[in-house]
Amino acid sequence: MATFAVLAELKDGVARKTTLEMLAEARRLADASGSGTVAIVALGPLGSDEAARLASHGADRIVHVEGESLAVYASEAYAAGVKAAVERLSPDTLFLGATSQGKDLAPRVSGRLRVGLASDCTGFELKDGDLVARRPIFAGKAFGKVAWSAARPRLATIRPNTFTPLEPDASRKASVEKVALPEVNARARVVGFEKSEGEMLDLTEANIIVSGGRAMQGPENFEILRKLCKVLGATLGASRAAVDAGWIDHSHQVGQTGKVVNPTVYFAVGISGAIQHLAGMSSSRTIVAINKDKDAPIFKVASYGIVGDLYQVVPLLTEEFRKALKE
Amino acid sequence: MNILVFVKQVPDTETRIQLKDGVLDTSAVKWVANPYDEFAIEEALRIKERLGQGKVTVVSLGPDRVKEAIKYALSLGADEGIHVKGEGLALWDPLAVATVLAAAAKKAGFDLILTGKQGVDYDWSQAGILLAELLDLPHVSVVVHLELDPASKLAKAKREVEGGAELVEFSLPAVITAQKGLNEPRYASLKGIMAVKKKVIPEWTLAELGVDPGSVSESAASVRFVEFSLPPPRQAGRILEGDPKDTARELVRILHEEAKVI
Repeated sequence: MATFAVLAELKDGVARKTTLEMLAEARRLADASGSGTVAIVALGPLGSDEAARLASHGADRIVHVEGESLAVYASEAYAAGVKAAVERLSPDTLFLGATSQGKDLAPRVSGRLRVGLASDCTGFELKDGDLVARRPIFAGKAFGKVAWSAARPRLATIRPNTFTPLEPDASRKASVEKVALPEVNARARVVGFEKSEGEMLDLTEANIIVSGGRAMQGPENFEILRKLCKVLGATLGASRAAVDAGWIDHSHQVGQTGKVVNPTVYFAVGISGAIQHLAGMSSSRTIVAINKDKDAPIFKVASYGIVGDLYQVVPLLTEEFRKALKE
Repeated sequence: MNILVFVKQVPDTETRIQLKDGVLDTSAVKWVANPYDEFAIEEALRIKERLGQGKVTVVSLGPDRVKEAIKYALSLGADEGIHVKGEGLALWDPLAVATVLAAAAKKAGFDLILTGKQGVDYDWSQAGILLAELLDLPHVSVVVHLELDPASKLAKAKREVEGGAELVEFSLPAVITAQKGLNEPRYASLKGIMAVKKKVIPEWTLAELGVDPGSVSESAASVRFVEFSLPPPRQAGRILEGDPKDTARELVRILHEEAKVI
C-alpha cells in the first residue's frame, strides 16, 4: 500500500495553505493508486488543533517529530527530522512546498537519503502505477515530465497555488505518532527577519500584478504604478530592463532571472515583451498590455491591450478602477 | 582564502526553446555562463579583493564547450579554471552532478564554495545545496548579502524569502548560492581577456576524481525526463486603440464586468 507523505510547512505551529494544497494532491494520488495512505510529517512545535485540522483536510497519519533543534528552521536539523520521519513511515513519495523553506530543505533531504528530487512541480499523474511529475523548465518556456529511479521515497517540491485544498471534513480522523529527535548541531542558523517595504503580497503569491518596464524612464514614475496597485490590491513588478537600470529593487523582477509568476491578472505596462520576460509571466490567466508601440511582442500574448501612452492611460485606468470597485 | 566557484553553461535567456523529435533542440542555442553564477563569480572576486589575498578557482562540468564559460570567468579575474569532463554522466540529474562536483571540490580544496541559486535551464535549484550536504557543510541559499570573517571563520548572510529577507549566521567552510542583487557583476577588461590566452585549463576525468562512473551514469540517474512539451500558444487578444479616456473606461468595463477578473 503506497504512502504519500507531505511535509507540513508550519508558521507558529499552524500549517500554511500550501501544505493543505499538497495534502489535496496526495489524497487524490493515494485514492487513485488504490487505498493508499496520506501522511503528514510535522517538525517542531505543532498547534493543539492542527492534527485534527490536517486530518480534516485529508491526512490519515501524522508523524510529529519533536526536538529542541526544530524550534526554528535550520536546514541541517530539519533534514535530520525528515530523515527520522521517513524511517518511521517508509513513504513512497514525499512532497515539500516549493517555498523558500522547502526549496532550501529538499535538496538536503535528497542528498542525505540519496533519492531523486523533482523540484517546482505543477502536476502529477500515475502511469501504470508509477508516478510522473510535470514541471516547467527554462522558466516556463517548456515543460518536462519527470520520472524517478527505483529509490524511495520519491521527493518533489510543489509550486504554491497549484492545487486547491479539500473542503475540510471533520469526521476524518488521523493517528498521531511522536518521534523524538536528538539534538542536531546546525552550523547555519536563522537569527532574524527583515520585512520588505509596504503591504504588498509577494509576487509569487499575488493575485494581481502590475509591472513596469523600460518605458517607465526612471524610479519616480513607478509611483504611477504604485497608485494603481493600491486601488487593485496588486503587487508591483518590473522587467529586467527596469531593474538593471537601477529604478527598482531586483526582488520585483519578473522573468527568467527573476520571479516566475502566475497571477489571475498581469498588467504589463511599458514592457515590450522580451522572451526572458514572457517566460516568467505567460502562465498568468489574464494578461493586460499597455504600450505605445502596437507592434510590441507583448501584444501577441496579451488577452487585452491598450495601444497608448502609459502616462495618460494608467492614471485614467486607476481612476476608472477606483470608481468601478467602489460600487 | 581559497574560493571555489561552480559555473554552469546554459542557453542564453533570449533563447527560444524548441523541440526536435520530442527532445530539446539545442542546435541554435547560444551558450553562456549561467546568470546566477555570474553573481557568484563577482562575489568571489570581491571577497578576494577585500581580503587582499586568496585564490578564486572556477570549476565547470560538461562537454568541451563549457571551457568558454571558464574562460569568461578567467577574463573577469578568476585565478584558475578547471574543466571536469562529464562523459557518460547524467548531466540533467542534480544528484549525479553534485556527486561529481563534491569530488572535484575535495580534490581542489576550498575554504568557501559559491555558485548560483539555480541554473536557468532545468531550474532544479538543487546542485549548490546538494553539494553542501554531500560535503557535510552548512549552506545558505538565495543569498543577497554576504559578510565573512576569515579569522573567526564566522559569517553572516541575508537570504531572500517570501515577504522579506532572513538573516543567517553560519560557520566556514560553507556553500553559498547567489541570488540576483548580491552584487553588480563587472565586465571583462581587455587585460583580463588577454590574460586568458596564457592560462591552461586542466581537465579532470571521473576516474581522476575517484567517482565510480556507474554511480552517476545515465541509467543510474535519480530523476529523468520522459517527455518534453511547449506551452500552448495564447489566443489572440482584444487590443484597444483610440482616445485614452475611452480605451481606459472600456478596459475597466471588460475586466470588471465581462471577464470578471477584477
